[in-house]
Amino acid sequence: MADYLNPAAWIFAFIQALLFAAAAPLLVAWVRRVKSRLQNRSGPELMQPYRDLYKLFGKQAMVSQNTSIIFRAAPYIVFCTTWLAAAIIPLVVTQLPTAAIADVIVLVGFLALGRFFLALAGMDVGTAFGGMGSSREMLISALAEPAMLLAVFTVAMTAHSTNLSSVIEHVLNSGIILRPSYLFALFALMLVAVAETGRIPIDNPATHLELTMVHEAMILEYSGRHLALMEWAAHIKLMLYGVLIANVFFPWGIATNFSTSAVAIGLLAITLKLILLAIILAISETVLAKMRLFRAPQYLNLALLLALLGMLSHVILEVGT
Amino acid sequence: MNLLQLSLLEQAIFVSAALILFVSFSLLAQRRLVASIHAFAWQGALVAAVAALVAAASGENHLYMSAILTFGLKALLIPWMLHRLVRMLELERHVEQLKRPALVIMAGAALVIFSYWVSLPIGRLDMAATRNIVAISLSVVMLGLLMMVTRQQAVVQVIGFMSMENGLFLAAVAATHGMPLVVELGIAFDVLVAAVIFGVFFFHIRENIDSLDVDRLNLLTEKEDDKP
Repeated sequence: MADYLNPAAWIFAFIQALLFAAAAPLLVAWVRRVKSRLQNRSGPELMQPYRDLYKLFGKQAMVSQNTSIIFRAAPYIVFCTTWLAAAIIPLVVTQLPTAAIADVIVLVGFLALGRFFLALAGMDVGTAFGGMGSSREMLISALAEPAMLLAVFTVAMTAHSTNLSSVIEHVLNSGIILRPSYLFALFALMLVAVAETGRIPIDNPATHLELTMVHEAMILEYSGRHLALMEWAAHIKLMLYGVLIANVFFPWGIATNFSTSAVAIGLLAITLKLILLAIILAISETVLAKMRLFRAPQYLNLALLLALLGMLSHVILEVGT
Repeated sequence: MNLLQLSLLEQAIFVSAALILFVSFSLLAQRRLVASIHAFAWQGALVAAVAALVAAASGENHLYMSAILTFGLKALLIPWMLHRLVRMLELERHVEQLKRPALVIMAGAALVIFSYWVSLPIGRLDMAATRNIVAISLSVVMLGLLMMVTRQQAVVQVIGFMSMENGLFLAAVAATHGMPLVVELGIAFDVLVAAVIFGVFFFHIRENIDSLDVDRLNLLTEKEDDKP
């Protein structure tokens, strides 16, 4: 358990949160690059998302006169909740004070809060697309959230803690051990991550195709710095799920103390893990086609079933008598 | 009992058993006939893998024999026969409309919990370390039964029946390191003969009612407009 009165640890947590926000656009750019290479395109440069964000921050934000305060506040709330959620997840070091004061349920809560305001902002303008996007987003998240919580609880039950630092250290300390429950929880969490970050079988992040968009429909009315914050929050969310999957299920390499060498190894390890995960994501996005919206509940039912099986196989096979 | 005390081989047995349970669920929710046959073949292969892993972990060599037998029969021969039947019946593109798929899956999950509760006392017996798998195999049997109850298509019902047999075999292998080879050979040929007889029956059913939808066996007349 981390000591949350240690000032050095707080500095580390702060640097790590900054690193999270700074690296998130790079991860998105990397996914786009691998994807375009797989599709025989040259693709944009790795710095392109940074340039886009810089450009958007410099532009004037246009706000429709029909909107209320919620529309203007939502980008800040969405960005802050996503960033705070990201700060809970151990990225390079496990002994985080932020992970000690907030566990994985808080993480899900932060994400839900952000999503709530995102959906409100989509409806606030009063355009047809915004409302449609919000209703779709709520449909997907209402089905994805139980699956995510079940998957997370499966992992928490093995570690006897919902604290992410303790979970990761428990997995590290128990060595290489094949757990059927982890296998199912991993796949469930991957399916949920794809649905929640709006990647391909559920939503297509690359287009503004009017009839099928979910996330893009909600932020259609945003411009300037508001749009930049929304985009940045989406980038952080993708990285958040990536780091969560990488560090909970494959924690090897993460630093457990603050020594320079351990932190350097941790940084290298998480970079490699994210590069690999992004390649898997890009391949799956290239192979799969986008699903009809009405098939999304089936997809998320599969995630829920996997998470449920993970929990059941934990109880049946791993606890025993 | 803790998973940490088991060897890596025994952990692999647990993982394969959990995967067998997952395949059972995917059989339950699969609409396409050909995909169901493939899933059934995968289940047979996983059961054979469990038998081979148990053989490797416990050193009982006769289990290798039954692993090979299971693989040849359940993963290759019977799926091939079913596939040929489906081709002869021209059902390759058959897609069944499931009634309330989510509810069936939930019922399946409830059956797993029920099986766990029923087989709790078995965990207290002094049997092999893999005795917890009995709960999994009982749920595979129950899920096969549920599949036979909820489906109307005759071929799918046969697949459900065969997957019940997979569950029984899994229980025998995991809890008591397999049955005597004579019994195993007997059951294997039983299943094989059953597959052949079912095949003959399919043709008879189809000749009589022009379909393999078992619900239509309840109708007394052959007129189409009598159907609800």
